[in-house]
Amino acid sequence: MELEKMKLGATPLKESDLKEGKVLSLAMTPDIAYAWDNGVAIGRYLEELKNGRIIARKCNKCNRIMLPPRMFCELCWRATDKWVYCKDTGTVNTFSICYINWDASRIPKGQPPHIPAVIHVDGASTFMGILHVLGEVDPDDVKIGMKVKAVWKKPEEREGSITDIMYWKPLRPAQGRKTAGRR
Amino acid sequence: MGQRVAIIGAGMTKFVRRAQETGKELAWQAAKAALDSCGLTLKDIDCISMGCAPDAFDGVHMKGEYLSDGSGGWRKPYMRHFVGGGTGVFAPIHGWFHVASGVFDTCLVVCSEKMSSCHPHPQGAFKTIFDHTTEQPLNPTLIWIFALEYNRYMQTYGISKRDIALVSVKNKKNAIDHPAAHLPMEITVDDVLNSELLAWPVNRLDISPASDGAAAIVLAGERTARRLTDKPVWIEGVGWNLDTAYWATRDLAYPRYVEKAARMAYEMAGIKEPKKEIEIAEPYDPFTYKELHHMEGLLLAEKGEAPQLLVDGVTQRDGDRPICPSGGLLGVGNPISAAGLMKVIEIFLQLRGEAGKRQVPGNPTCGLAQAWGDLMQIGTVIVLKNR
Repeated sequence: MELEKMKLGATPLKESDLKEGKVLSLAMTPDIAYAWDNGVAIGRYLEELKNGRIIARKCNKCNRIMLPPRMFCELCWRATDKWVYCKDTGTVNTFSICYINWDASRIPKGQPPHIPAVIHVDGASTFMGILHVLGEVDPDDVKIGMKVKAVWKKPEEREGSITDIMYWKPLRPAQGRKTAGRR
Repeated sequence: MGQRVAIIGAGMTKFVRRAQETGKELAWQAAKAALDSCGLTLKDIDCISMGCAPDAFDGVHMKGEYLSDGSGGWRKPYMRHFVGGGTGVFAPIHGWFHVASGVFDTCLVVCSEKMSSCHPHPQGAFKTIFDHTTEQPLNPTLIWIFALEYNRYMQTYGISKRDIALVSVKNKKNAIDHPAAHLPMEITVDDVLNSELLAWPVNRLDISPASDGAAAIVLAGERTARRLTDKPVWIEGVGWNLDTAYWATRDLAYPRYVEKAARMAYEMAGIKEPKKEIEIAEPYDPFTYKELHHMEGLLLAEKGEAPQLLVDGVTQRDGDRPICPSGGLLGVGNPISAAGLMKVIEIFLQLRGEAGKRQVPGNPTCGLAQAWGDLMQIGTVIVLKNR
């Protein structure tokens, strides 16, 4: 058999086929809502974020201090043992400079890009990274290995969410050296 | 194991941006073509292994049931498989289990996907794969995790974007010879680097297109396979492995779960030196860097050295180890589950010497297809031999 000798299915459509009514389609926008329980470990994590602190959970068997915290150690397959506070500083493990939004729409020209990063938080075990975003930094100055510090919302504005940390900013100001850009 | 299992037939639809056909119509077209290719009818099929990606793409809950009639599943033992992008290789792995166990003698494996139903873009549906409490409030897009992994890979080994962009050039060019291809193109490295910057280091031409399409293969136990074809292609090894869903805690420069999946498949297939024995491979390439990342995880290149093989031309179709001779997801397209099965079909055709203009020289005898998915955490691997 060869694909070249077969009649392959799938009829390609163009946007105009739909607009001009050459083929019909039906649209639906679902209206559904969810409320997710935070659970025991993440519940405490969020309460502490509201207090302006980052809390992790330790397993006494593998000695990992885990972030996000969890009530069971997935590697030792046993209950974790105690709560441990981390610092609100960390290291950029990797980052991106992102010009699109979550739904693939484009950030309008002139507006700053998103800078998502994996941040290894001080006080948690090596490689315990979390996803967050960077701010107060020129995209060209972001480096892997850069030390960063959490920038918190005001206490009265915190609501027990990962966004109680607005973003992470460089622990030290940029060295003044301007790079030619990242492309 | 009960018996050896061979692929004896294959079929697929074209991969297109938007197909007029529904997912079940596409599934039917591919499944019927696969049965026709080996002269069987649905009556000859003992069970069905179906693969399709997240229900959210189609807005159809329990898509396995929805696609079951097009897949030939009614009044038969039918099972749907889903591990995100890894599905297209996971479904044939499970088809293999059904037949290798000796419980069934034939299995039809079908993968079908409609990516075009979700508006304005299926990226929106991807948001819900992130943890709802600790990550979704940050409004992530799926491209974030690829950009983060790409950057970590590049910086760990000192690889340039220019070298990685070559994957797109190679695969889109290979796809020119694939009759089902969605996005075949002759482009240059500069075209990739100058295409729209979405999430540095990821440009638009680093990403495979969202496509509609379906693919199918027919599996048979050894006696039946030898009776029905003089060119059976044997499934000699299968492997899969899942890493932590706390993806930000992983070593993003190296896919250890892919290595574990590959080692499982190699051990089963008796492969001791993959770099020598795997003559042709279709690693999963939804993004440019992933082809290289996966070659390393599959032990087909040393850590950080896959880009050099690419630059040296080793992975071209006429190179020493052709990688993604089909054109891959970057060129043929990415109807998620069907894209993975398309890779299995490409190795099947290559090992039979029936890949048309895409045929690699040297009569390869052993090849591999791999897919990757869930929250960048699963590797699925299948090793094929023609003797």
